[in-house]
Amino acid sequence: MVVLAALMSVPLLAILGKVAVEGVKNLTPQFLFQSTPTTYQALIATTSGTAIPGGIANGIVGTLLMLVMASIAAIPVGIFSGVFLAERHDTIFAKVASYMTDILQGTPSIILGIIVYAWIVIPMRGYSAIAGTVALGIMMLPLIVRSTEEAVKMLPSSYNEAALALGGSHFLTVCKVIIPSAFGQIFTGTLLAVSRIIGETVPLMFTALGCAVVQWNIARPMSGVPLLIWQFFNNPTLQPLLWSASLVLLIIVLLLNVSSKIVANKWKI
Amino acid sequence: MENIDKTILRIHDLSVAYTADKLSVSHVNCDIPRNQITAIMGPSGCGKSTLLRAINRMHELYRGIQVSGQLWMNGLDLLKTNAMQVRRQVGMVFQRPNPFPTMSIADNILAGYSLNGLRLDKSQRQTIVEQSLRSVGLWDEVKDSLTKRGTFLSGGQQQRLCIARALALRPSLLLMDEPTSALDPIATATIENLISELKQEVSIIIVTHNMGQARRISQKSLFMYLGELVECGDTEQLFSDPSDSRTRAYLSGHIG
Repeated sequence: MVVLAALMSVPLLAILGKVAVEGVKNLTPQFLFQSTPTTYQALIATTSGTAIPGGIANGIVGTLLMLVMASIAAIPVGIFSGVFLAERHDTIFAKVASYMTDILQGTPSIILGIIVYAWIVIPMRGYSAIAGTVALGIMMLPLIVRSTEEAVKMLPSSYNEAALALGGSHFLTVCKVIIPSAFGQIFTGTLLAVSRIIGETVPLMFTALGCAVVQWNIARPMSGVPLLIWQFFNNPTLQPLLWSASLVLLIIVLLLNVSSKIVANKWKI
Repeated sequence: MENIDKTILRIHDLSVAYTADKLSVSHVNCDIPRNQITAIMGPSGCGKSTLLRAINRMHELYRGIQVSGQLWMNGLDLLKTNAMQVRRQVGMVFQRPNPFPTMSIADNILAGYSLNGLRLDKSQRQTIVEQSLRSVGLWDEVKDSLTKRGTFLSGGQQQRLCIARALALRPSLLLMDEPTSALDPIATATIENLISELKQEVSIIIVTHNMGQARRISQKSLFMYLGELVECGDTEQLFSDPSDSRTRAYLSGHIG
């Protein structure tokens, strides 16, 4: 048992080790604050024996911007849907909706990418960060709904009864008693949802497409760290940057995971 | 007219059914006296809590529970009034102390207002918090920790906080569902004394499976058995000379 448990951590440690060792080589401040170099710039640097210039600032900005927008859209919808599903779990409608959430969660991300391409990219006549946001938001939604639903189901019914016995309105009871009481778990679930979708590449290929410079206009194509990793992989001259970009992505995910654990521990009621 | 003044609540032909074919509370008729304590006694599963929860319409939180009959209070049929309005006038204290875990002591007291969307200014808030906590004898114990969470208090203190929370809305009627069954004997005695004092300001209905408690604090008693109201009357009378054989059997420990 102990051996098996120790074996479980081998892949993670191997991944972390490989990415850290390879990624550290190019991880300089300029890597975080400059945009992707062109193939030509990289080729010149490689032939003259200097380090490849530029970095992944365009990807970091794009990823964070799309994540924030997706969260703003998906979190309120997800939380209120989750509360609804937990409260009405015995109705047929809620059962169907709950099942739908599961299916949405299991939908391959490439299909979501194509759908958002058809819904948004074609009508808008162009790739954009808006389309990328929609794709990421749809992917976040079922994760948030599920974690909220589970969190609210675990609350004793006495909170709900106590609030309603004071003549409280249903909406205010949800906002002031139910959600705050389950906040630790909901927040953890939301952070985990964010960290799950942060590495999503395929939906972004169909929607945000990518951009070589830092882009703040959400109606234009935008880059993301996972998109850059894919781009670096396909471009032999840029391949040295691959590991550093992966390391940055991995660090963001780890930070989100660790902070979700800290919040969960702090917010125990 | 005199009769109406002395009666806070008139229960008329009240029935509650969890399933269509069986009444859990069956055709209950009874008057609840104003500014007195009315105890509902009976063995487990006799419908006493079910009857109590019908009064403030708690059954509507769950699907498929049918309530019929009339509940007259202050000239209104509670079953035909807006449920939120009913619950503001009819407070409830539960079996287990249930202060809101994320709220401070003061916010717990004011929860009835905030959950109704009512805004209060600072001096109103202070007055309500102090008055409510004083009325349950908790003010001196918690006045320096009003911003701390209510869940840090002891069980007995938490229950008094919950009583104060219900009283903060100045209800006409207070329903208590076995409020001391989760408490130790000392906390129970404190709460019993408190309930006896509170009848000056509010009429109280208390569900209890503890006959001693019913006899100590109540002026009127109801005995329920298998969903039926067997006997209802003056507490002393009911304990010393019950008219129904089932009441006698229960009081002497043969059923229940």
